[in-house]
Amino acid sequence: MRKKGIEVVKEKCVGCTLCIKACPFSAIVLKDKVAVIDLDKCTLCGACKEVCKFGAIIICKPQVVKQDLSQYTDVWVFVEQEENRIASVSFELLGKARTLAEDLNAKVVAVFLGCNIKNKAKQLIDKGADRVIIVDNKKLAHFTAETYGNVISHLIHKYKPEIFLAGATTMGRSLVSRIAVRIKTGLTADCTGLDIDKENRLLVQTRPAFGGNIMAQIITPSYRPQMATVRHKVMKELPADSARKGEIIEEPLNEELMDTRSRFIDFIKEEAYKVNLSDADIIVSGGRGLGAPENFKLVRELAEVLGAAVGASRAAVDSGWIPYSHQVGQTGRTVAPKIYIACGISGQIQHLVGMQSSKIIIAINKDPDAPIFKIANYGIVGDLFKVIPMLIKKIKENKGS
Amino acid sequence: MNIVVCIKQVPETTEVKINPETNTLIREGVSSIINPFDMYAIEEAVRLKEKYTGTTTVITMGPPQADSALREALSLGIDEAIHLSDRAFAGSDTWATSLVLAKAIERLKNVDLVICGKQASDGDTAQVGPGIATHLNWPQATYVRKIDKIDLDNKKAIFERLLEDGYEVLEVDLPCLITVVKEINVPRMPSLRGKMKAKKQSIPVWGKGELGLKDEEVGLEGSPTQVVKIFTPPPRESGMIFDGEAHEAVDKLFGELRKHLL
Repeated sequence: MRKKGIEVVKEKCVGCTLCIKACPFSAIVLKDKVAVIDLDKCTLCGACKEVCKFGAIIICKPQVVKQDLSQYTDVWVFVEQEENRIASVSFELLGKARTLAEDLNAKVVAVFLGCNIKNKAKQLIDKGADRVIIVDNKKLAHFTAETYGNVISHLIHKYKPEIFLAGATTMGRSLVSRIAVRIKTGLTADCTGLDIDKENRLLVQTRPAFGGNIMAQIITPSYRPQMATVRHKVMKELPADSARKGEIIEEPLNEELMDTRSRFIDFIKEEAYKVNLSDADIIVSGGRGLGAPENFKLVRELAEVLGAAVGASRAAVDSGWIPYSHQVGQTGRTVAPKIYIACGISGQIQHLVGMQSSKIIIAINKDPDAPIFKIANYGIVGDLFKVIPMLIKKIKENKGS
Repeated sequence: MNIVVCIKQVPETTEVKINPETNTLIREGVSSIINPFDMYAIEEAVRLKEKYTGTTTVITMGPPQADSALREALSLGIDEAIHLSDRAFAGSDTWATSLVLAKAIERLKNVDLVICGKQASDGDTAQVGPGIATHLNWPQATYVRKIDKIDLDNKKAIFERLLEDGYEVLEVDLPCLITVVKEINVPRMPSLRGKMKAKKQSIPVWGKGELGLKDEEVGLEGSPTQVVKIFTPPPRESGMIFDGEAHEAVDKLFGELRKHLL
């Protein structure tokens, strides 16, 4: 029997070095014209196997006992709500779940927890759900990962879904990580692509890593449900169809599932957020080029006329011009709006990894060599103190038409 | 108060570049650093120790070279370090990784608080922290921006969690696990004394044997997810740069912007 792990077949390796270039972990070197893998650095990601044209790299994955997975059906979506307002990402997921469910010939099920939420259930059916499982109880008025995790794990055991999706939000990520460990199944974070491999009846999950410099496709072959959190604004929400019919199931709250070890005390909404960064279609961000805190009002004004959220580079946050909650980038938030407007941001890699998945990037900067222009769809090389007011004026003038 | 900090060694992202010809990552000479978010976890642990006394321990799961990350944490004021390293751990996904870390925390005994960074800069999953808490059957507080109160007598703590549109105040029983965001503190620089101490300190290495783990519970076999393919995304198309007179440039940009606003 072959050992588990990775191996280079010396007879097949021609020393072409393709694998060395492909290795994200610098774990391969050429010794005597043959690739040699440093097992201390190798994470068995398979990037080398993918590029090898000679079939010289073998990754021996452990044989997993095939369990009977056929009893798992349906595509579940966790419906995120706060103060009974359903998060837009949940509607986006219902839209995606429809396509997945059609490929699998299965149903879309919305899982909806909260207090006094029954009247919202039809809305979920209109947006694509075939069935809504509701747990409506005043004890679920406020989210805690422990209790919500217990309740949903229980429902998963009971109904056995094949796929489980949640938004890659602070709530979604805190919650589903617990569920996946509890019921022992695979979870893929922050997916930007979901497809069904029909032949093997598997969910193929695509996600960025290394700040979007690498994309990985991940599957969960032997455990169910296949769980994923999905980025905002990537999947398409369906138009509401009030003629759609669906089933609403009310599940009682089993008191034993309440976890009293964490207790919600308060939620303080930050008034500064007229538009929520992760929710926004457009983000206007300011950086060091603004020069002074009072100049941030230019960015705010531009955001205002566009109905956009306000972001910032680390430099602007560290200078105390704007709170940390607005920071976009490696040590802040990752965003992917339809339009990202970077004002006076040079575009250090730490900033780029937080926003380079945006659909359209617009840069305004006086330095023509600023790295931000390399990834911008549109750019203006110029003085932002002149350019931004002109742009604001222009947008205002055209608003009527 | 006994605190454990979980850290990860990651490539220094600033140096990750794409080779424009092969469109692959250039990783030659890329240095490794402690995951940026973990620096705030380390600092918070040191501050809590200064306030409440007790022991701080840093742990990491990683290959032999992750030793340098542990030593850096020691130089920043952490008391002890444990290196979780075993060939069998290679290929672990977040499920298996959080199991290994949880087993180490169990073995350390009498831990009151575990602190992790919000997420790692290479994987960006934010799954390992809550995963550890679940393996331990502990409560959690993720995205913590401030520790309001720690009441060791009654085994309770109050945290502020940074959410998308504000912050939540949450009371959690100890022991618990928290993940922290940048806003929580400003990390200090290592002291010369700290560096000297870190250099000499012995760091135990725990493998699957010490942690009581079987082969099939870790690595590829213990991981429910499987990476089937890794590829570089298509590069962004080169853009239109307007560098003429401001009025003209704004007109042109607005013309383009308008198409996308519709």
